[in-house]
Amino acid sequence: MERQITFRQAINEALDQEMRRDPTVIVMGEDVAGGSGTQGEMDAWGGVLGVTKGLWGKYGDRVLDTPISESAFIGAAIGAATSGLRPVVELMFVDFMGVCFDQIFNQGAKFRYMFGGKAVTPLVIRTMIGGGFRAAAQHSQCLYPMFTHIPGLKCVVPATPYDAKGLLIQAIRDPDPVIFFEHKMLYSLEGAVPEEAYAIPFGEANFMREGRDVTIATVGRMVHVAMEAATMMVDNRVDCEVIDLRTTSPIDSDSILESVEKTGRLVVVDEASPRCNLATDISALVAQNGFRMLKAPIRMVTPPHTPVPFSDVLEDLYLPDARKVATAVCEVMRYKA
Amino acid sequence: MSSVHALTMPKWGLSMTEGEVGRWLVGAGAEVGRGTELVEIETEKIAGVLEAPTPGVLRRTVARESDMVPVGGLLGILADAGIPDSEIDAFIVSFQAHFVPEVESETSRSRSETIMVDGLALRYRRLGSGAEQAVLIHGFGGDLNTWLFNHEELAAGRTVYALDLPGHGGSSKQVRSGALADLSQVLGGFLDGAGLTKAHLVGHSMGGALALEFALAHPERVPSICLIASGGLGSEIDGDYIDGFITATRRKEMQRQIEKVFANPQLISRQLVEDVLKYKRLDGVEAALRTIAAQFCPGGQQAIVRRHQLGSLTMPVLVIWGAGDRIIPQTHAAGLPDSVRREILTGSGHMVQMEEASKVNKLIRSFWDSV
Repeated sequence: MERQITFRQAINEALDQEMRRDPTVIVMGEDVAGGSGTQGEMDAWGGVLGVTKGLWGKYGDRVLDTPISESAFIGAAIGAATSGLRPVVELMFVDFMGVCFDQIFNQGAKFRYMFGGKAVTPLVIRTMIGGGFRAAAQHSQCLYPMFTHIPGLKCVVPATPYDAKGLLIQAIRDPDPVIFFEHKMLYSLEGAVPEEAYAIPFGEANFMREGRDVTIATVGRMVHVAMEAATMMVDNRVDCEVIDLRTTSPIDSDSILESVEKTGRLVVVDEASPRCNLATDISALVAQNGFRMLKAPIRMVTPPHTPVPFSDVLEDLYLPDARKVATAVCEVMRYKA
Repeated sequence: MSSVHALTMPKWGLSMTEGEVGRWLVGAGAEVGRGTELVEIETEKIAGVLEAPTPGVLRRTVARESDMVPVGGLLGILADAGIPDSEIDAFIVSFQAHFVPEVESETSRSRSETIMVDGLALRYRRLGSGAEQAVLIHGFGGDLNTWLFNHEELAAGRTVYALDLPGHGGSSKQVRSGALADLSQVLGGFLDGAGLTKAHLVGHSMGGALALEFALAHPERVPSICLIASGGLGSEIDGDYIDGFITATRRKEMQRQIEKVFANPQLISRQLVEDVLKYKRLDGVEAALRTIAAQFCPGGQQAIVRRHQLGSLTMPVLVIWGAGDRIIPQTHAAGLPDSVRREILTGSGHMVQMEEASKVNKLIRSFWDSV
């Protein structure tokens, strides 16, 4: 048996190993150590959910607590990236990213282009996404489609501890700005993770399950929802193929088309709001390039176009779940032209 | 044959807990001989075919195509034509009522272990018990799972080790010079560390070249050697494969390379490719492979050819090759001294021990029995 660790530990280990390997890697963000400038204990927090805990003790000043001013510290991180450091900056919830869009969209993402390829911006922004945490509309969104939309940004949405470690290491070594979206409901998920450092290339989907009848393409926590649905469908003798795209930018179009060529049916599951999201993007890709492969209309399983509800009952109803995915699979299987 | 024989899901390799039933290659009612191919089985790593363990009539096909069946679960019934249907039905009912899938526990599962040899961590797995001992040595880019379909079978009545060479699998990624002579020293250190004064050596591909190197240097420690699609017997090797394997980082590139080592590329599952990629992604692996390849086959040619020294070996030698080998040509098995036993298997490529596992297992076991 390979060693099992949690998604949270996998991210911590990636940061630890890269900081040890490369002295230019620094970590910054709100309470990433915790306690700076107070009379209290240092490294009290390790980030709001404890992901960076322990790094301060090993790397000291390379782990920087920042003021509660996202626009300031994201700007500082981008500046540091352009001048020789490799900052991994934590922006607690993706929902707060709005205040620093200029730094991200119009500065960090554009430097390589605006300076004729002479500037590099090796920056990683780690941020939490997703519902199910009973954290209401301002702390539960899955905003990766907004960043996927911007050329010059790379977007990573890991689903497993193995991928979290390997993709974060790749993100840190990458010469371009990478937004690394961590679903907060995955932190305690356990999985096999090698102790050595390793990097997973971007734009390489992971076939979680092979199947003949229906392709389910998705990312992040929804990968596990899709796997649960695929297991439910086994009893109905429907063989689902589940593809975890791992990164939304770049996106592994080839793997999606290769799978749909085999199955002829596509269900896309996306936890982001339904308009202009990953589901519509993948659906457009297949409609445009794989129309003749399709035996049934594409189905998208997404939340409704509303803010994430605070009520437990409504939040559960809002989020895609295995039953909804299985229903979509049944629909594409039943379709007769 | 007068009894009713249950055809059950085989256990191909240590990690297999269930298999997917593929096509039945003969229909119910067919008379089959021992070794007739009955049904395709797909595991998460690789696909294979279940052969009839005994002659008889395939009276029932119980498992249907695309069923997932646990190891030991009922696939079909082989019996004499004379046995009444009622008896067959009663047998099936009774089998299904009593069948309990084996629960894999941490303790029953053979875990790999690690040993330190000259500052290098070497991972290995030991199976079986018995005074006679053997070591299985994988080839370039492989690991102890090269012997997935062989290790358990070969360990019946013997103690059999499979190890990961430096730069490979779960072993240290330091390879020193990467030369066969260096690897041979590490192999000697492994035998010492594991307490083996003597061991039969079985080597696949570059592992064969290494077994040969070691046997020539320490004949007193090697009661026999088995060389499978072995390096060291001629200079030709598919250098493009070696380069491609080193540089591939993506599934499709790696799939293209792995397809070259099997006669039937249909056998390769995504999981097999993914496992190779997981290994290739580890820091230090690419450099280790480059270092070894630069010594073993610089410029796409094997650097060390020892075929002229085979005749001087005092221990028995068995050479096994797949007729469809596209990495190292089977012509290297020709023209060897008469003392060398030679088996060419027509249905496989470079990965003979995977593609025709049961035949290879039988050959090696009877070879060891004869030593």
